[in-house]
Amino acid sequence: MNTTIMLFLVQDGITNGAIYALLGLALVLVFAVTRVILIPQGEFVTYGALTYASLAAGQMPGTGKLALALGIGAFVFDLFVARKALHARLILRSCITNIVLPAIVLALTLYFAAQKPPVPVCIALSLVIVAMIGVYLYRIAFQPLAHTSVLVLLIASVGVHLALQGLGLLFFGAEGQRGPAVLSGAFTAGALRFTGQSITVYAITIAFIVALWLFFGLTLYGKALRATAVNRLGARLAGIRTTLSGQIAFLLASVIGALSGIMIVPITTLYYDSGFLIGLKGFVAAIIGGLVSYPLTAVAALVVGIVEAFSSFYASNYKEVIVFMLLIPVLLLRSLAAPAVEEEKD
Amino acid sequence: MSALLSVTDAHVAYGKVEAVRSVSLEVGTNEIVTIVGANGAGKTTLLSAIMGILPLKGRVAFAGQDLARLDIEDRVAMGLGLVPEHRELFVTMNVEDNLELGAFRIERSRAKSSIERVYALFPRLKERRKQLAGTLSGGEQQMLAMGRALMGEPKLLMLDEPSLGLAPIIVADIFRIITELRASGVSVLLVEQNAQAALKIADQAYVMELGEFVLSGKASDIAANERVAASYLGFQHEGESRI
Repeated sequence: MNTTIMLFLVQDGITNGAIYALLGLALVLVFAVTRVILIPQGEFVTYGALTYASLAAGQMPGTGKLALALGIGAFVFDLFVARKALHARLILRSCITNIVLPAIVLALTLYFAAQKPPVPVCIALSLVIVAMIGVYLYRIAFQPLAHTSVLVLLIASVGVHLALQGLGLLFFGAEGQRGPAVLSGAFTAGALRFTGQSITVYAITIAFIVALWLFFGLTLYGKALRATAVNRLGARLAGIRTTLSGQIAFLLASVIGALSGIMIVPITTLYYDSGFLIGLKGFVAAIIGGLVSYPLTAVAALVVGIVEAFSSFYASNYKEVIVFMLLIPVLLLRSLAAPAVEEEKD
Repeated sequence: MSALLSVTDAHVAYGKVEAVRSVSLEVGTNEIVTIVGANGAGKTTLLSAIMGILPLKGRVAFAGQDLARLDIEDRVAMGLGLVPEHRELFVTMNVEDNLELGAFRIERSRAKSSIERVYALFPRLKERRKQLAGTLSGGEQQMLAMGRALMGEPKLLMLDEPSLGLAPIIVADIFRIITELRASGVSVLLVEQNAQAALKIADQAYVMELGEFVLSGKASDIAANERVAASYLGFQHEGESRI
């Protein structure tokens, strides 16, 4: 093989790896805070990507309506939980965040979709819609189960994934879509050609990782999230609501997912079910990071991306198999290195 | 004036096993109340239930308000604090972050002055403020757990076995600080196996055996009670084994 091909493959691998890194970080975050293994992470990716592509093509995406429907569901859940101690402020607040907000976003989406909005508007709307879906999903599907075991949460997670995938087919159809590049143009450096889109991917990934690092290291809410991950009871005794931490974790995960989708969809055609596989590769990275280590996850994601690029060049039929086989030695090593750990009791 | 905390006819059960039976107690403002009793008497269970960690049958009122429908977090916001037996620190975070999070529900400006107050109470914590909580010694962890709870500006601080496993000199320090808390207007509900030390600083005391209060009254009276002296204070009569 010559150096040029190798460089190309590495470059391709790093571009994909950057996206897996973001997804892997989101998975680690959600698991650490809520103990949910977030299978629907992939759906956030497709929803973000296809909402963006639909809007850019001047079509009304169904996700806007889904956000409103889930918001109404979340409102009903809020009312039900507080049924014995209802007061006006609580109802008003829940109504604004769960119904008024998605309704406004839906109205904006309807307004803009008719007139092929510019790229930044499409991105902003897609992110907001998917973020709302993420937060309401947590309220409806995971918050009521927050005290149960990891297995129950995993089952709920699979259920949410299947439901969202089915709805994705309904909203976007079986055909794939591509979106406009966030940043067009390209330049060459030596043998390598950098497209504006791949530069965008690197820049956004790095910016997001730095932003997350600052968020967790410096802000009170970031620290509260870490605290919940370290010691749930301790956090509650400090007055930090587990549900608040869960909402923030899901908000971040859905925004990260949607953003990843928006970055991929100009490069690759995405279908309603493409997210699952993309999410799984982020999951491989997260597993290599033991579902706890953020830096290890990011590095592992780059390895996953590069292995994928090389295997699709040499053995494209087996590329998924090869990527997922990475898990076997890692799991073997981890199970040998780590003592038996019992599931944390709450 | 009504009591700050009043528990009436409380029952706490793990499944079918009742660990606390028909217990009533009161803690007034500026008061140290202690619950003494042997291991397994139900003291920790009772504190957990008052905090809302375990479900409780009966009535718990704090500052005149019924706590029945309130979560742990709401109780914290009302001014009820618990330092649990296992401390439940954020071990991978430093001392300062642990303290800062203790004031999660408090206004930022007030939290800044609270942290100075905690450092004044526990100078050791100030020295170690950039150290990870998990690397502190047992005594320092206990101080940090108390400091974190104080950051939430509690009106009543519940301490579960603060002296457990600590060196005598540190225990003395912690008991001294508990009396300082009372002087600064924080009431304390203290659960201790070290009955002697607890009864010395407490105003009121309850003796718990097998999930029930068998004795209550002024701490000095309880300390003078022969039966308590025999069972918990280590003053044995001839032929009896020392607990």
